[in-house]
Amino acid sequence: MRLLVIDSGTVLWGQTLMYSAYCLVIISLVWWFATRITRPAGESRITPKVFYTWVGFLAVLGVSLHLVTYNTIPWVKDDLNGSDDYAASYDITVGDHAWQLPEKTLQVPCNELVRFSVTSTDLTYGFGLFRDDNSMVAQMQVVPGHDNDLLWTFESDGVYSIRSTEYSGPEGDGMVVPDAVEVTGCDQSEAEGGAR
Amino acid sequence: MSTFTETLVHGKGGAFKPTSLTPMQGLTLKYVVFGLVYYGFAAIEGMLLRINAVSPQDLLYPDRYYAMLTAHPLVGIFGSSYLLVFGAFTFLVPFLMKKPLWSYKLANWTLWLIVVGVFTFWFDGFLTHYAPLYTLYWPLPADFDQFEPVAGAIFITGVALVMVGTLFFVLNVLKTITYTPAGWTRQPAGRLLGDALGLTTLGKFFTGRLRKDVEQEHLVSLPVAAIARGSVDVLFNAGIILFSGVLILVYMVAEIFGGSLETTKIDALLYKNWYWWGLDLVADGLVLIFVAGTWYLLAQLITGREVFMARWARFALGLELVVSWTVWSHHLLSDQSQPAALKMGSGEFVTAFELITQGLAFFITLATLWMARPLTMTNPLKFLLGGLLGFALAVPAGIMQADVGLNRILHNTQWVVGPHVHVAVLVGLTMTLYAAVYFLLPILTNGAELYSQRLANVHFWCHLIGGIGMGAFMGMAGLQGMLRRTIYYEDEFLPYMVLAALSGALLLVAFVVFLYNIVMTLGLQGAVGLFKRSSTPPSVLVPGMDVAIQPVPAPGAPAGA
Repeated sequence: MRLLVIDSGTVLWGQTLMYSAYCLVIISLVWWFATRITRPAGESRITPKVFYTWVGFLAVLGVSLHLVTYNTIPWVKDDLNGSDDYAASYDITVGDHAWQLPEKTLQVPCNELVRFSVTSTDLTYGFGLFRDDNSMVAQMQVVPGHDNDLLWTFESDGVYSIRSTEYSGPEGDGMVVPDAVEVTGCDQSEAEGGAR
Repeated sequence: MSTFTETLVHGKGGAFKPTSLTPMQGLTLKYVVFGLVYYGFAAIEGMLLRINAVSPQDLLYPDRYYAMLTAHPLVGIFGSSYLLVFGAFTFLVPFLMKKPLWSYKLANWTLWLIVVGVFTFWFDGFLTHYAPLYTLYWPLPADFDQFEPVAGAIFITGVALVMVGTLFFVLNVLKTITYTPAGWTRQPAGRLLGDALGLTTLGKFFTGRLRKDVEQEHLVSLPVAAIARGSVDVLFNAGIILFSGVLILVYMVAEIFGGSLETTKIDALLYKNWYWWGLDLVADGLVLIFVAGTWYLLAQLITGREVFMARWARFALGLELVVSWTVWSHHLLSDQSQPAALKMGSGEFVTAFELITQGLAFFITLATLWMARPLTMTNPLKFLLGGLLGFALAVPAGIMQADVGLNRILHNTQWVVGPHVHVAVLVGLTMTLYAAVYFLLPILTNGAELYSQRLANVHFWCHLIGGIGMGAFMGMAGLQGMLRRTIYYEDEFLPYMVLAALSGALLLVAFVVFLYNIVMTLGLQGAVGLFKRSSTPPSVLVPGMDVAIQPVPAPGAPAGA
């Protein structure tokens, strides 16, 4: 069993930690600024060098976020480049606010790239895979008249529901198919790890 | 009459005399009044939506819930933010340019078109439950199995009225900057427009002159440049929404007359790209630019100093010409048929530039304030700091979701609408607007004194904590998988939603306190008096300041700050 599976759950935890830390820092910084700004001070000069350093820092930060995620989040390369090298493909249709699956529960092999190919016959929907605890594994938009293919690799056994993640009018309320996807063949279950 | 009733009717000390107002003061205050009324609409709707997220209510059955979800952001942005921003800028542009507004009549048209338009679509949604959301993803707005075409046609007409009013505002702003008032020497319209749009500064950048450590001289002050630059985005946005509205209306009219049109004639993805290109000019272009301009103006007014590194602030405004027009694709990172080049180029890297442009405005404003220490912690200053904090929290949240990898697990979750949208709009934008309102209040009312500073403090803290809290708890739910446009019936995210609702209630308390404070400042009689005609000409901005006469030195001389 691997010590760390980088799945959607792991990425979300990482994001939570990073953003929480950032929030604490920026709130503290503005608080500190607000308390200092009313106090008497000598001549305060900020040099252009500080300004240019700040701009450079922002540029590096903005670009490096995407470089880091490109090289660490497992699904990004498949997302951007696509792949025909998938082990199984599941053709799903959605229309009139109802899902049509090729079988009641889709059987998905573990540790294999699989494709969910979803077609809308009328409106724009969303295709989302969710765990039992309602956390999201992945999602994509389902646009009518276009190919909507999600490439994914599961790394844990588990049963997942499908839910529309896009608003499609009030009749789309509750577009959920419980236990729609079952993943088997992993050396760990969802409770121990996750899916990426 | 008791003291309370006396104050309620006549305002604090009876200091506010509506008869003393100039037409421009009265007009601006009318924009503010209607803007606050519509803020109240959006805040109450928001609170009801929050309650429904805690526990779905029978009263808010899905049709009504989604109608409210459709109206809420549109009333908030068009009814409240647009009116507050347009009202302030309609006053400030002639004030800063020291020349009369190009057309006072047109400014009145803008006000009433927006007021009537917003009420039209809000009331239509309330009665008919037309609910395609503000996103209008094709072909949902023309889905006549779910919506009545007449209901949709009235709704779209309301939005169209707002857009026409918006176009009038843009015309008025740009003409005010460039026109030559009667009796003045001829104004250099082309140069004024180029300077206002940041083209002059871009030219200096590419010829290497911008890097010199001396501030450049300009025909148009920095805040006016920001207003002009943002107005261009407003113009394009209004054009796109009007075009889309006409397109949808064609389908509705055809349906009403029994001639159904094929919705497949319009490519849903192309439409989505087109629509988001226009819509993002509000979300990313307009908001960030107008807000940056307001920060610079407030920093200047609070400190009485030139803005730090003003030439780079101008450059950033010019750079936004590229950024805000090419940034839309971050909304389509989960659309699998969207080309990867657009996802990475526009969706990720151009969007990351907003971290730079907004971060630059953040730094410049703080640096300007810092160098003017010690400052008094006035209401404008504290709300300005709140607004700066709001964007410091919301922009990075947006940059994170504008990443191909992260978007796969964030798109359409409460994360997007919590830490990003609501913190940006409620904390960032609204607190900046409150800073402007507190600053302009004595100017627009000829010296009326705020009823209670203690209530202003309550307003500040309730709004700040409520806004950040609501965004934070929505974001936490989003990270746990909660979607933004979905009703949950099984208490799936109950703890987060209870906390978000409590934070929302704090926001509502803040608004009620603010409103009470303003009413007690001006008095109910004062509010009614706003609608009386003034005998002074519109060129008199405030008593004793008639800008119809050309100032000395003559135009062509630098505007300075």
